[in-house]
Amino acid sequence: MIDLPFIYDAFVQLCSGIPLTLQLVAVSVASGAVLAIALAAMRLSSWPPLDLLARIYIFIFRGTPLLVQLYLIYYGLSQFPELRKTFLWPFLREAYWCAALALALNTAAYSAEIIRGGVLSVPAGQIEAARAYGMGGFTLIRRIIAPQALRQMLPGYSNEVILMVKSTALASTITMMEVTGLAAKLISATYRPVEIFIAAGAIYLLLNFIVSRLFKLFEYRLSAAQRQPLYRRAAGENA
Amino acid sequence: MMNAPLAPAVKISGLEKSYGAYKVLHSISFSANQGEVVSILGASGSGKSTLLRCINMLEVPDAGEISIHGESYRLTQRSGFAPRVADPKQLLRLRSQATMVFQSFNLWSHLTILENLIEAPVHVQKRKRAECVAEAEALLERVGIADKRDFYPAHLSGGQQQRAAIARALAMRPKIMLFDEPTSALDPELVAEVLKVMRDLAAEGRTMLVVTHEMGFARDVSNRVLFLHKGLIEEDGHPEQVFSNPKSERFRQFISKHNA
Repeated sequence: MIDLPFIYDAFVQLCSGIPLTLQLVAVSVASGAVLAIALAAMRLSSWPPLDLLARIYIFIFRGTPLLVQLYLIYYGLSQFPELRKTFLWPFLREAYWCAALALALNTAAYSAEIIRGGVLSVPAGQIEAARAYGMGGFTLIRRIIAPQALRQMLPGYSNEVILMVKSTALASTITMMEVTGLAAKLISATYRPVEIFIAAGAIYLLLNFIVSRLFKLFEYRLSAAQRQPLYRRAAGENA
Repeated sequence: MMNAPLAPAVKISGLEKSYGAYKVLHSISFSANQGEVVSILGASGSGKSTLLRCINMLEVPDAGEISIHGESYRLTQRSGFAPRVADPKQLLRLRSQATMVFQSFNLWSHLTILENLIEAPVHVQKRKRAECVAEAEALLERVGIADKRDFYPAHLSGGQQQRAAIARALAMRPKIMLFDEPTSALDPELVAEVLKVMRDLAAEGRTMLVVTHEMGFARDVSNRVLFLHKGLIEEDGHPEQVFSNPKSERFRQFISKHNA
């Protein structure tokens, strides 16, 4: 029998894991995006070695399970005594930073391809027009390419962020007490996995509902150029 | 031309361009004076668009010299490589003096019509925004689409988009205007509105180089016609003269095919 008050109770307890889950998402999505921009630039570069390097990176991080990457970083890096002497060690011996690193490296690979697709979707004629009007380099990227690429990549990127919210659950396997970690702890104390996982699932659902709404709002704000002007529609005029 | 200034608006000498093994332009030389309206005719593949695109370095020529009002593009070439533009600042300056209107308009789709007009003046020429807006509004009025200022390109008809694109070219305060088949992508009933704007520009003494298939425009509006065939200028003269008495057999065939 499903015990609703117990589920509610579990839900409230698991909510204390939300800040850590969100932190992992924020840190890894933000740093992953920076890396993704660099990777996308390499993929789009006309110098073949750069492109190849980015291809190899993307091939490896898209082609292996995130869980394997997480384990290799958490258990694997400490095998190198040299690393233990560097300034990185205080970070890399923490499960938190290992989880953030694995998530960031992983999302960077996917996001790089999303960004590349967005950039390639900008019509060549508009880029040519910008060049003909004296734009080049950073001005061309900032004024013409980026705004249109951003609009194009939002649906794909919102998908990626939703996947990241769910992927943080894997951090529980390396001792992180985020929502899933707390759930596992609660289960071992109560032996009631079904109710507790229902509560945990509801939390992820709620978080992703908010994420997808935010992206929808952002998308709406960026797509004025695709919408019909309101007053014209009201006047019954055809575009 | 009377009162022709010392330096021609556009001077091209020995221009050559190939795509791989295919030679598009064979040593083209000509110059256009200020105020001249030059129609460049030719069958597709004759090199007329390439010629126009070399004038603002959208295509970098393999050999030859191009100057705008006496200033030559500086090019550099490492042996074994194609020539490149040597001086980006100069390129920017010369490009804003010779602005291009494209066959497929190429308005920036994420910007409103007004924003399209002020984009390059504000962000390339670094002029004051308020001044650019006032000028852009006057230009939109001139090409007859003042009411579309806050619309996005996708909400305009082809003819309106091309008129907006012409206004965008004018907003740069260019000395020369380059038109690359400006009416070829338009429905026949929209061609007239664009040609009217171009006719007005010609009448006000602007220097225009127009690659076109519009024989009516070439004959009635331009004061000089160039006919290109296989990368060579086969005919060059006043429209009255070249249309009524063509020297080139190719051009004779070309105009009979176009019922001109």
